[in-house]
Amino acid sequence: MTGTIPLQSFLVISTLMFFIGIYGFLTRKNLITMLMSIELILNSVNINFVAFNKYLYPQNLQGHFFTLIIIAIAAAEAAVAIAIIINIYRNFRSIDVDNVDELKF
Amino acid sequence: MSINDFMTMRHELILAALVLLVLIIDMNLKKSQKQLIIPISLSLFFIHTVVGFLPAQTGVLFGGMYHTDALTLLMKNILNVGVFIVLLQSTTWLKHSDNGDKISEFYILLWSTLIGMNFMISSGDFLMLYLGLELATIPMAALAAYTHHQTRSAEAGIKLILSSALSSGILLFGLSMIYGTTGSIYFDTIGAVYSNAPLQVLAFIFFFTGMAFKISLVPFHLWTADVYEGSPVNVTSYFSVISKGASVFILIMVMYTVFHSIAYLWKDIAYLIAVMTMTIGNLFALRQKNMKRFLAFSSIAQAGFILLGIMGGNKIGMTATIYFVLVYIFSNLGAFGVVSAISAKTGKESMDDYDGLYSTNPMLTLLMMLSVFSLAGIPPLAGFFGKFFLFTSAASGGYYWLVFIAVLNATISLYYYLLVVKAMFINKNETPIAFFKSDNLTRAGLLICTLGIFILGFWSQIYEFINSVSFAIVN
Repeated sequence: MTGTIPLQSFLVISTLMFFIGIYGFLTRKNLITMLMSIELILNSVNINFVAFNKYLYPQNLQGHFFTLIIIAIAAAEAAVAIAIIINIYRNFRSIDVDNVDELKF
Repeated sequence: MSINDFMTMRHELILAALVLLVLIIDMNLKKSQKQLIIPISLSLFFIHTVVGFLPAQTGVLFGGMYHTDALTLLMKNILNVGVFIVLLQSTTWLKHSDNGDKISEFYILLWSTLIGMNFMISSGDFLMLYLGLELATIPMAALAAYTHHQTRSAEAGIKLILSSALSSGILLFGLSMIYGTTGSIYFDTIGAVYSNAPLQVLAFIFFFTGMAFKISLVPFHLWTADVYEGSPVNVTSYFSVISKGASVFILIMVMYTVFHSIAYLWKDIAYLIAVMTMTIGNLFALRQKNMKRFLAFSSIAQAGFILLGIMGGNKIGMTATIYFVLVYIFSNLGAFGVVSAISAKTGKESMDDYDGLYSTNPMLTLLMMLSVFSLAGIPPLAGFFGKFFLFTSAASGGYYWLVFIAVLNATISLYYYLLVVKAMFINKNETPIAFFKSDNLTRAGLLICTLGIFILGFWSQIYEFINSVSFAIVN
């Protein structure tokens, strides 16, 4: 099964996802969308780990374990971030980063 | 695995037990009794700090994922002492009626981050490092947003969690490349095979970027000032010393053990970043009027000085770095202690409010002066010796120009530290902050800082002990 799709294809996809995530994080104005961009970044890392594990080091499972833990931590991170975003909405009546600008130099 | 093995991770286990204990006590207290949490938590943590100094067994757990030795124990004890001072200083603020029913949350979240830092310091592979890093970061965002009715606090929280999530994403992408090229996530295995292959160099740069975010090195420092200003003062002091200190500890260990074969390369990167961090941190600190923002930029500049020790690459370098972090904990917590005492009593945080403080609160003023002098590195205070050893290690690595730039920067920093002293002693003010008495716990916290600032510089056994447990780049 692993012979049909080369490893490079996975790496191209994951790298694209990573940079789309970075681009989205830097350009989007909505806090929820920024959080989604971070999920894209973390998932690109997951693809990397699983692909490397499957193709290069199939004898052990470190990459798979790493992926599972990243998924769990990403959920925890999203939970805290969304809680703070709700708090932001209550305080600012908006979740647009342009309005959340009390702290400036 | 026997019960005896578990005692190897005593620090983390006791802390986890404390977190659960405070949670259970909090559930059983009536709303009017919630303030009892403060003395209970303080005494529990004091016991934990003392127990931390008892001789502990060292060893390796979980197949190499977790290890303790004299060095990691020392780092954990340094952090414990720092956290204890932060807790002492935060009592006045916690007693405010705004915090009435969420006092226990402060302790639980703070100790959770400390568990994360302990695991991070003890990590033997990148999985444990990442777990510890996230455990140290996620509750920290909740701490930054602690006063949830304040818009600034919420803003600080979202800025912290988004930027730290981005930075750990970048760090993880680097880790995935390290795994892909070496086939392992263990420090020892990776360190033995790491080379200067292009993908591995790229992986290192991703990793370093992620860590630089946490230590707030320029150009990854932009979140620092906003988060420091928006968070409650005591949380800010926790960020600027404990969290930064833990990240420095783990960075130096990883740089010296995992990436030792490309040391010539990361030294070049660190050179550039150290110069930028010191200069930009200092130049921005010059124009700050808010005390928290001012200390934020000064802490960015101090991080630049710390890089000098890391770049030394020898045993003196690691000793100087750990020693500097220890001194920095006492000096910066002294300054933050004064800021938080004044902020908790009067709510004033601007440098203009400090005008004429000497006429009303001479003791606080003197302590503030000592702390900023120690931060600036004026002999005979401990800060001078900290900086001196950092410069020694960089010079022994042959970086004379870098030391020269660092000395210039130390002079610039003296200027803005003196601005605070000038405001307190010389500037006239019609309505200075009125005289107030701090409670005994705050005083105890400030007293420990003062003693640390005076004694650490002369007590050479401390430096020698750190020197006996630290190591140079493995070759």
